[in-house]
Amino acid sequence: MRKISPLQLLVHVAALIPLAWLIFDAATGGLSVNPIQDIEQRTGKYALVLLVLSLSCTPVNILTGWAPVLRWRRPLGLYAFGYAALHFLAFLGLDYAFNLRFIWADVANKRFIFVGLAALLILIPLALTSTRGWQKRLGKMWRALHRWVYLAGGLVVVHYVWAVKSDIREPLLWGAAIGAGLLIRTPPVRRWILAQRARRLTAKQRGAEASRSA
Amino acid sequence: MARRRWPLIPSSEITPESVYLNRRQFMKGLALGAGALALAGCATPPEPTSTPTPAAATPVAQATAAPGLLPPPDAAPVASAQADELGDALTSHEAATTYNNFYEFGMGKDDPARNAKDFVTSPWTVQVGGLVGKPGTFGVEDLIRQFPPEERIYRLRCVEAWSMVIPWLGFPLAKLLQAVEPASDAKYVRFETLLDPQRMPGQRSGWYDWPYVEGLRLDEAMNDLAILSVGLYGKMLYPQNGAPIRLVAPWKYGFKSIKSIVKIDLVAEPPASLWMKAAPNEYGFYANVNPDVPHPRWSQATERRIGEGGRRETLPFNGYAEQVAGLYAGMDLQANY
Repeated sequence: MRKISPLQLLVHVAALIPLAWLIFDAATGGLSVNPIQDIEQRTGKYALVLLVLSLSCTPVNILTGWAPVLRWRRPLGLYAFGYAALHFLAFLGLDYAFNLRFIWADVANKRFIFVGLAALLILIPLALTSTRGWQKRLGKMWRALHRWVYLAGGLVVVHYVWAVKSDIREPLLWGAAIGAGLLIRTPPVRRWILAQRARRLTAKQRGAEASRSA
Repeated sequence: MARRRWPLIPSSEITPESVYLNRRQFMKGLALGAGALALAGCATPPEPTSTPTPAAATPVAQATAAPGLLPPPDAAPVASAQADELGDALTSHEAATTYNNFYEFGMGKDDPARNAKDFVTSPWTVQVGGLVGKPGTFGVEDLIRQFPPEERIYRLRCVEAWSMVIPWLGFPLAKLLQAVEPASDAKYVRFETLLDPQRMPGQRSGWYDWPYVEGLRLDEAMNDLAILSVGLYGKMLYPQNGAPIRLVAPWKYGFKSIKSIVKIDLVAEPPASLWMKAAPNEYGFYANVNPDVPHPRWSQATERRIGEGGRRETLPFNGYAEQVAGLYAGMDLQANY
């Protein structure tokens, strides 16, 4: 078995803490008098935060050159999907008790539910093909497929914006984070950032050489 | 889900004996309040009521009842029955006083209970004017003396698709309106909440056009279901519930039942409410509970009763169609949402 590094372990622990916290609150009466809504909102929020973190790995790597962060992408993305699935199950089972007539009556005219569902449907194939085996099998296709995660991220932000009453600052902030990450990884910006880093690096090396020869 | 009983069964047929006993205790409690009221030596003599004379008022009860004429908010909660006329259980006192929408004290459900803890609601006056023959400014305690509160167990349906059953204490809004003698051109009633960003921190946020304003058509306001509430669960309101005086119009979404009222005006045109100004496509003037008119965010076909799992079907006019549907005869309720 592959050895799990402390950094890998950190991601798993950090991603499971919110779930443990939610279960603890539910078991000890720490939720509000509308606990079903609490569970829906909290699982939804965790899914969004983990998705944004997963999408931030590549930009952080471009900006800093720190490689281990790239190994966090997959677990963070999978945990995001896990919380999204819990979020959806809470909606179906806890909120609506799987009553299809009620669900239909309510979702038929709710655009925010449609975009949320669309985001989840995009995440399903991405989660299923996240293994090394599928990565090899799909080759170049894999990268193209997994770019869809940005569309899912955008839809989640829209889902959140449409679900809140008036103060949309928080969902917009998460949207801005996704947008900034996307911007950093677009080829021209990425090249420019890498060039800057390379230049700084050579400047530093020259400085070091200069100080050695002095 | 169990089907709703329809037509209504009189509560006498469904009230268990233990509740009757409870109710007697409750009446005794009210009688004590009335006794304290008489002792307070008020300037305006109370109107004759059928409230029984107290047999033996204990000094302790008098002491707690005297200041606000009702027991203080932190007194033990009491109710005359454990369910509404449909047989649905009362929402717990804890839920009713900790899960609130009152944006003047924050946008979270638990914000009002926390941020309104030190909100002082006495003395408090309500200015009643506009198109009336006898405008006036009324102290809340004078209103309570003049119009002795009665208990009304009402369903509260929030536009966010959750609901509660609450034993309010209040008096019909019609009584106050009759006292100020509406002019013939008065067609609507406009209500306004206190505007004081110092004491109501939520009003410092720029998301809404403060102060909170709500309105009713005059005939809606005169309907016996519409009350001005000064208490719940047998005692004074907590600030988070709209102390010291608020509207309760149970056939409309909860946001119509404006809290902490300082001003009531009779007017000729329908007033624009805070919510109508904030999102005219989402909130109309009437805001009657209507499962057939959807809202872009929340279900209006179903609701969650706080304290229950799952959902139940929302009733037209929140179950009060018999009393209020006539007000809207011939109106297109899809257009007048």
